[in-house]
Amino acid sequence: MFESLSDKLQAVFNKLGKRGILREEDVKAVLREIRLALLEADVNYKVVKDFIDRVREDAVGAELSKALNPAQQVVKIVHQELMITLGEPGRLELRGHAPYILMLVGLQGSGKTTMVGKLARHLRATGHFPLMVAADTYRPAAITQLEVLGRQLNIPVYSDHGKTRPPDICVNALEDARKRGSDVVLLDTAGRLQLDDDMMAELEAIRSRVRPIEVLLVADAMTGQEAVNIAQGFHERVGLTGLILTKVDGDARGGAAISMRAVTGVPIKFLGTGEKLGALEPFHPDRLASRILGMGDMLSLIERAELAFDEAQAEEMERKLRKGEFDLEDFLEQLRQVRRMGPLDELLKMIPGVGKMLQGADLDKVEAEKNLKYVEAMILSMTKEERRNPRILNASRKRRIAAGSGTTVQQINQLLGQHRQMQKMLKQVKEGKLRGLPRLF
Amino acid sequence: MKGIFESLRKTRNAVFGQIANLFGAGEIDENTWDELESLLIQGDVGVETTLALIGKLRARIKEEGVYRAADLNRIVYEEILALLPEAPPLNLKWPLAVILIVGVNGSGKTTSIGKLAAHYRREGRKVVLAAADTFRAAAMDQLKVWGERAGVPVIDGPEGGDPSSVAYDAIEYAQSRKADMLIVDTAGRLHTQHNLMAEMEKIQRIIARRVAWAPHETFLVLDANTGQNGLIQAQQFLKAVKVSGIVLAKLDSSARGGMVLSIGHQLNLPVRYVGTGEKIEDMAPFDREAFVKGLLEQ
Ligand SMILES: Nc1nc2c(ncn2[C@@H]2O[C@H](COP(=O)(O)OP(=O)(O)OP(=O)(O)O)[C@@H](O)[C@H]2O)c(=O)[nH]1
Ligand SMILES: Nc1nc2c(ncn2[C@@H]2O[C@H](COP(=O)(O)OP(=O)(O)OP(=O)(O)O)[C@@H](O)[C@H]2O)c(=O)[nH]1
Ligand SMILES: [Mg+2]
Ligand SMILES: [Mg+2]
Repeated sequence: MFESLSDKLQAVFNKLGKRGILREEDVKAVLREIRLALLEADVNYKVVKDFIDRVREDAVGAELSKALNPAQQVVKIVHQELMITLGEPGRLELRGHAPYILMLVGLQGSGKTTMVGKLARHLRATGHFPLMVAADTYRPAAITQLEVLGRQLNIPVYSDHGKTRPPDICVNALEDARKRGSDVVLLDTAGRLQLDDDMMAELEAIRSRVRPIEVLLVADAMTGQEAVNIAQGFHERVGLTGLILTKVDGDARGGAAISMRAVTGVPIKFLGTGEKLGALEPFHPDRLASRILGMGDMLSLIERAELAFDEAQAEEMERKLRKGEFDLEDFLEQLRQVRRMGPLDELLKMIPGVGKMLQGADLDKVEAEKNLKYVEAMILSMTKEERRNPRILNASRKRRIAAGSGTTVQQINQLLGQHRQMQKMLKQVKEGKLRGLPRLF
Repeated sequence: MKGIFESLRKTRNAVFGQIANLFGAGEIDENTWDELESLLIQGDVGVETTLALIGKLRARIKEEGVYRAADLNRIVYEEILALLPEAPPLNLKWPLAVILIVGVNGSGKTTSIGKLAAHYRREGRKVVLAAADTFRAAAMDQLKVWGERAGVPVIDGPEGGDPSSVAYDAIEYAQSRKADMLIVDTAGRLHTQHNLMAEMEKIQRIIARRVAWAPHETFLVLDANTGQNGLIQAQQFLKAVKVSGIVLAKLDSSARGGMVLSIGHQLNLPVRYVGTGEKIEDMAPFDREAFVKGLLEQ
């Protein structure tokens, strides 16, 4: 896992020791760390150069704050500068006359078809009547893929099964949209390289014939240095109105977003955060900036949590929590869900600061995993009645459970104590004493 | 299969065959190093590998008393080549050779399988494909189209079904038809998805249980456009299954795929094939030298 930029800068500043004043070479060392951090995050080489120049200017003129140490101050400046480059989140511009045509373009496999499904779902939820158009006649089963999504979402799909060329398909789809009364038309175009002149000409033809209100570049968050040329290539030929970053649920730092923003100047409109059709998120410049700087691990922890948690179950749990009836059975279920997120040591390392703490002291992973197993064994050794109402656990019941689970009465008491504390906390939440508790924890 | 040169000529318009004279005719100075750094980083080689490489080159230049920039070309080329492990012969001489194909979403797995099937069939092998991506919409239909194109049978399962049982069924089928090669397609998965990585391990386990020493090869398909995440992908997939080689897809794009240098160097994983387009013949065996030349082109 990456050491975060603030850790690295801290090391630079620690070397300053008691001297406390920044010399020319210190500034240089700091800028070097920033530069490397951005390059590691896949921000384009040339984009980084311009960026560093801007940070240098800002840093020289900056007022020193007493609240932050020098490392934190530099990180803050860099973070702000990144946020400015990333820009404000864009929204879909559905203005003028319906049907509004949205055209999705991008390299092969970037996530266009999936994104068409996600946007259609999102638009329907906000009161629109979308039509999805299968304008990829090249990739094997691309049309079927969109049709399957249409069936899953119960949203209509227009296709003519490759009888005509993509520009004609799109024109005919508009007719279909009018008949159906669809007010938004989403065009799923084939993946293509910005280098491929014929294929880019096809996009130009579609664009000039149907005049889409949005032309959205769908790009993979894992993209490397070429993001600049890709975005520029598409922008020059078809005039982009927005960017969408997909596969943000992975652990790529996503520096490509900076590169693409820098060369096109068009806003980032959405993020794709999973394969499921609900995995669509608005873009938050602050979050993405933190992630690019390697400080977004906390957020990825939350993302993992969301992945591991079954939505229906989560709702049921929330209902129970609200009523304050969180019994040991639920406790077990929660534990299992946490375990599904991944090995414990990996999870802990994602929490800012903890990763560093664990470096020398290497967490006893085996021990921690064993503890979880014990808890599981203890609860499994209880009767249904005991799990629902732990208060009935007297000494003899506890001895039985200890024997059954290969644990001790002391361990059982510990577990019960934890459970009681949790219930107390829940009660406070219910009474509104603890606000702003993260949704999942 | 076309050669790498021929395959790449279409889009890249490259002048292969000779390394471009990177650094002009002057003497080696700081600018030379900056230029090299910029070239490597923009080729997605990554900061760490680039800096290590430049450190090594500086030392060598000093040691060997090289001072003309023109001579640097050869040394750069040699040092980069040394980072890429030479591939041992493919481990496919089995009565039923099983190849497992894995990778993140959309990297080019299914397409590469279509190309590999056609390639091995042309080499005289009797190939069967297993459509063990039961998850993504129309993934099995997609592989079936490739099966038809390559002229090989495709075994699938129910939509949303257990991918391991598709692999299992495909093995039974292959054995009963006396096929001698099975290529297993799997769903795209991000290495951060614990459940899905476990599912992939299970597929490998089922295959191993049914066929001795299988899977005999496991290819990780990487998109050439991937940046530094490529190394992490390789590390994480390697932790879960026995990845034995890389297929670098989409090398016909403008990207140069430099992340395979650190993958090769740090994980000792050879690149086996490169994908150079969307047609069935658009694949070539990996050619280390041609690749390094492509990387160093300006
Ligand atoms: N984890 C994850 N996977 C995604 C996301 N978006 C798309 N995918 C997956 O990425 C792969 C490619 O997605 P597609 O929607 O088929 O991509 P495409 O751009 O339409 O591909 P082509 O039409 O072949 O160019 C599929 O496996 C999708 O399930 C995302 O946000 N997260
Ligand atoms: N230009 C080019 N496109 C390729 C190449 N290999 C695959 N593609 C395209 O990339 C897209 C994704 O390819 P797939 O084979 O579906 O990728 P996958 O890894 O199976 O995707 P998932 O199963 O969804 O994870 C398709 O549009 C392919 O046509 C290549 O070598 N060059
Ligand atoms: Mg598509
Ligand atoms: Mg596939």
